[in-house]
Amino acid sequence: MPYNAPLKEFQLLLETVAPIAELSKLEHFADATPDTVSAILDETSKFASEVLDPLNWPGDREGAKRHADNTVTTPKGFKEAYQGFKAMGGMGLPMPQEFGGMGLPRSVATLTDEMLHSSCMSFGLMPMLTQGAIEAVLLAGSDALKATFLEKMVAGEWAGTMNLTEPHAGSDLALVKTRADRIGDGTYKIFGTKIYITFGEHDWTKQIVHLVLARTPDAPEGVKGISLFVVPKMLVNKDGSLGERNDAYCVSIEHKLGIHASPTAVMQYGDNGGAVGYLVGEENRGLEYMFIMMNLARFGVGLQGIGIAERSYQRAVSYARDRVQSRDVGAPKNPSVPIIRHPDIRRLLLRMRSQTEAARALAMATAYAIDLAEAHPDPETRKANQAFVDLMIPVVKGWSTEMAQEVTSNGVQVHGGMGFVEETGAAQYYRDARITTIYEGTTAIQANDLIGRKMAREGGMTAKSLINAMRIFADSLDGQNNVHLKAAQQRLRAGIDAMARAVDFNLANFNTNVRACFAGSVPMVKLFGIVCGAWALTRVCVEAAQRSAANHPDKAFYDAKLATLRFYVDTMMPEAIAAADVIVNGAEGTLALEEAAF
Amino acid sequence: MKVLVPVKRVVDYNVKVRVKADNSGVDIANVKMSMNPFCEIAVEEAVRLKEKGAATEIIAVSAGVAQCQETLRNAMAIGADRGILIETDVELQPLAVAKLLKAVVDREQPQLVILGKQAIDDDANQTGQMLAALLGWGQATFASKVEIEGNTAKVTCEVDGGLETISVKLPAIITTDLRLNEPRYATLPNIMKAKKKQLDTLKPADLGVDVTPRLTTLKVEEPPKRKGGVKVADVAALIDKLKNEAKVI
Repeated sequence: MPYNAPLKEFQLLLETVAPIAELSKLEHFADATPDTVSAILDETSKFASEVLDPLNWPGDREGAKRHADNTVTTPKGFKEAYQGFKAMGGMGLPMPQEFGGMGLPRSVATLTDEMLHSSCMSFGLMPMLTQGAIEAVLLAGSDALKATFLEKMVAGEWAGTMNLTEPHAGSDLALVKTRADRIGDGTYKIFGTKIYITFGEHDWTKQIVHLVLARTPDAPEGVKGISLFVVPKMLVNKDGSLGERNDAYCVSIEHKLGIHASPTAVMQYGDNGGAVGYLVGEENRGLEYMFIMMNLARFGVGLQGIGIAERSYQRAVSYARDRVQSRDVGAPKNPSVPIIRHPDIRRLLLRMRSQTEAARALAMATAYAIDLAEAHPDPETRKANQAFVDLMIPVVKGWSTEMAQEVTSNGVQVHGGMGFVEETGAAQYYRDARITTIYEGTTAIQANDLIGRKMAREGGMTAKSLINAMRIFADSLDGQNNVHLKAAQQRLRAGIDAMARAVDFNLANFNTNVRACFAGSVPMVKLFGIVCGAWALTRVCVEAAQRSAANHPDKAFYDAKLATLRFYVDTMMPEAIAAADVIVNGAEGTLALEEAAF
Repeated sequence: MKVLVPVKRVVDYNVKVRVKADNSGVDIANVKMSMNPFCEIAVEEAVRLKEKGAATEIIAVSAGVAQCQETLRNAMAIGADRGILIETDVELQPLAVAKLLKAVVDREQPQLVILGKQAIDDDANQTGQMLAALLGWGQATFASKVEIEGNTAKVTCEVDGGLETISVKLPAIITTDLRLNEPRYATLPNIMKAKKKQLDTLKPADLGVDVTPRLTTLKVEEPPKRKGGVKVADVAALIDKLKNEAKVI
């Protein structure tokens, strides 16, 4: 069953939570007119369905391979697919026009990225990481670095990677040991080992531009002594052509649970005299740059969760329509029915569908805020949107990827025994999804970020103003007649109350009983995800209700949106309220057991 | 050499169409519309001719409702230089389209017109041939290979039971078959650039063409549903049914 991009839903999101017509009124996004954007989404969806989706399963079977000469090859067809992606101009879509990009808003890139991840997550990783590397150079790189690297990277000619993790430094980057020696001419020699480097080596491009965290010899201990370097695989000649091989080699690739087509490299720098590196920005500010950029990377991983959940749902629905098994419990004398008739299969499919749609609506509301924070003429509007974005990034990342675990697992469940057999493809989504709650910061790291840096540090200002905005929205539903919207209003109010209770608890205890707050941090991500997801989805459905009531020719589509919302608020909101209970009352139980007793 | 490429907006090939309740036609309200796949092949071929240096300008032309602009933008994103929309809400039949195209050819004086051999909605397979007759030009239909050599086009045509290679003097009409080429994906920057290319809108009256339909659709029906099978007792019963009921032997 081929991937079918939910283009109608994308369109509706671009008319509600991320109104593209409004964005294109800003000078910065003047080219992003609704008709152009719609043509871009169409063409990308064709590429995703026709080129990437057919590669996904064989790519998982074959996997990336490393060879004795330190080269890495990706599965059959991937290199050619990348050539197609490059020719389409996919890499430059959200990148500045100054360096050859198209300068389109995040609200558009969010949807094109989702399509890449839905059809082949292993493929989607490479542009994601390359765009991350481009962002880092854009953010803090010197003009010389920008001139040497950016145009080629934006064009997709050269790839990029992010090198943070070392064997002993995972979530705690203060422990980074990779060394950067100044050699007097402004450049550095890099020595060390980096692990988990996505697309650290591959056969898609001749050049790979590694962004590497390392310490200069006299740097202070801890996170304040880390600098960021560009370490290209091939040194670049003055005329821009590729020169000698740099001392940066892939010494092995990992054998993983999922994303088999994406090579995850162990990178060795400086074993043959030192890898030439160029400082990005100033010394000792590497982590700071990395974190600004990491916001986008985390958002991107959230989109992977949404993309893979969508794909898993589509496959499950198609199986459930096809598979005939048992009679309808309500009509036991009739012949056996497709399993989609059974109430519990509906429940599974609706949990999959409604959480995916809510997470997507929230991601798009966040993407729109990213665009306004970048391009709105009014500084206050920019600031308010940036605060909202900062609060939502750990939620979009943490929640969308956690819900993808449940969704892809349900995708296997709908298939029954056949889901456990690899041939159906359902299991691959389950395995591929598993990494998304881990890389770019585990769910716990997102949760720490949410309750600490994004909430307690500013006295809950942004969280409270969001709660306030959601209450005003809930009040605005008073005049609605649609039964599902009425139900959503009531449930949303209960969810907002739960969120307020949990936020108050966190703020009241963060300084006095911080371990209790952290014991409930991951439930806080879930609570925020479900409630904010409901808020975003309801905003979309206000428009859907209007069109349905006006007998829009596509009434069936809008009615389906509303029915999905109804399931979501009835079924998921109680889980949010339960999460608030866990946050407020669960710490004692989490912390009581003696460590030795585990 | 100027090349004219007519393109048609049709229901997307992925859409499963439904017959309207009153049997007056198929329901195309709110279904996804795209460029006819054979027309895409025609645009692609024109762009390849331009890339080889054989063509200098490609003009895409479409006739129909205002939304055909999207189809023209799509053609321009693939590589057409400019577009002409002949806007009308009237149902267009092949002869009317051929007359409109003749009027455009008279204005633009292209050396070559490349059309899809048929559109996947009505499957008429007539417009190219009618246009050739109206113009008095040579035609090479169902092309699977096109080479321009000076003042002639050498075209391999797919005919019943094989291939026929013919040479037509320019100006000429070529209609494309599936195997002629595999259309490229429009690049995303070109989609944006297409927005800025010239698109002129005309009315049939501007071209002096009467597009009133000459054929009337009486009734459109779904294909008959497949009936369930029956078990036969023995070979004799099977033969009997094949002979007397199905009347196939």
